[in-house]
Order: sequence, then structure tokens, then C-alpha cells
Amino acid sequence: MRKEERLFAIILTFFIMALFWILLSGKFDAFHLISGLISCLIVAFLSHDLLVTKKTQKKLLKSVRLVRYIPWELWQIVLANIDVAYRVLHPKMPIDPRIIEFETSLRGEFSQVTLANSITLTPGTITIWVEPERGKFCVHAIAKEPADALLVDQTMQKKVAHVFMEG
Amino acid sequence: MVLIHILVSFLLGTGLFFTFVGSIGLLRFPDFYTRLHATGKCDTLGAGLIILGLLVYHFFHYTETPLIPTKLVFLIFFIFIANPTATHALMKAAYQIGIKPWRLGEKRQ
Repeated sequence: MRKEERLFAIILTFFIMALFWILLSGKFDAFHLISGLISCLIVAFLSHDLLVTKKTQKKLLKSVRLVRYIPWELWQIVLANIDVAYRVLHPKMPIDPRIIEFETSLRGEFSQVTLANSITLTPGTITIWVEPERGKFCVHAIAKEPADALLVDQTMQKKVAHVFMEG
Repeated sequence: MVLIHILVSFLLGTGLFFTFVGSIGLLRFPDFYTRLHATGKCDTLGAGLIILGLLVYHFFHYTETPLIPTKLVFLIFFIFIANPTATHALMKAAYQIGIKPWRLGEKRQ
């Protein structure tokens, strides 16, 4: 690692840990602040390479995209709950469960976990299993429309692929 | 303050509504997989909304301890990761030991 990159890594690690120290300790007197910040500095100096690696710039861009993905996901969760509430409270219970499979271009561990958890949280679908090598997802859908949303529209796969740049 | 109370009541009310609907779904739906749909999704948003309501209440009523709302934010964050993961783990376990999914027109289990 080059010299500036190393410095950047130490500073970034220091700030993240100082933030957590201040948030979780809850003590603002000089003794706790200074001893906490000194500890953060020592840990940042010794183990910055665990948190910040060479691909950090790409990771930062991914984090920005992930932050922009989260509000959309939260809105999908609200829709999911209204959808489930409708199916539960409707006298005839409009459900027609089925199991579907599809393949995606996602290969990274974190991107597959994100898509799997997003599928579970959005309307009418829960991930059953994932094949990491082929990016294959097996999903239980509660009716035809949520299954079609994953099979035909593929909005969610495209969004996750965009976030992790694995399109 | 009245506005805060209305907001908190709304958040707690909707949270309770969704957890309640989740429980009804657990009783009404025909098999294991569909029941997980009801509990897995409703509990996530229900618990999230209830904690959010408590957070807003604490933030405006006990301004001397602003760190507790921050910790509640972390709690919501972890629930939103842990809950779908646990749902998926249950689903996978059920699928692997061979519980048959219910199809439209069959009798309920």
C-alpha cells in the first residue's frame, strides 16, 4: 500500500471508531474522551488494514449507491406489509403459493445476501435457497403477481446489480 | 408536544396493527411457508415502527439522554437484517427436510 493510501486508511478507521466510542460510551468528560481517542488512534494505527483495503474507493462508491437503494427498499417493505395485511384480512384469502427459480448475474457474497434479504422483505416472496456459484435463487412466492415481478420485470435484480456493479 | 404525541400514537398504532395482522395470518394461512410470509414481514415492520415510536417519544421527552435514541436506531438496523435472515433460515430448513408447499385447491394442513 502506498503512503497516502495508508494515511487515508488510518484516518478513516480512526474516525469510524471514534464515532462509535462517543456514541456508545455516553460520557463526555475529558478523561473518557481523551483515553477513548488515544485507544482509537492505537487501534487505527495497528489494524487499519483490516477495515480499509485496496478496493476501498470502489467500496465507498458502492456504499453511496447502497444508501440510495435503502429508501426504495424501505418503501417496498411498507408495500409488502400492506400486501400481506390485505391477503390475511380478505375473507377469501387470495393466495396461490408457488416456488420459482431464476438465475442472476450476481456473484459476490454481500450482493447475494442483499438480494436474498431484499426478496424476503418485499411483497409476497421469501428466499428458500441460493446457489452462490451460479447466482441461482429459489424463491417461494405467495401468489402469481409477486412471482412475475421477480421473473419478468426483474426490477430488484437490476437495482442490486447496479448497486454492486455486477451487471 | 401535541403533534409529537399524535405522531408517536400513529407509529405505535400502525406497529401494533401490523404485528396483529401477522398473528392473524399465522392462524389463517394454510401451511408453514405461507405462515412465514405473514410473520416474517409483519414482525419486521411492526417491531420497527414500535421502536421508532419509542425513539421519537424518548427523543422529545428526555432530551438529557440523547444517546438512547441512537442505540434504538442501531436496534432497528439489526432487526431489519436479522429478521429476514432468520425467516430465510427457517424456510430453507423446512424445504430441506421436505415439507410440501401448499398449492391452491388443496386442504389446509
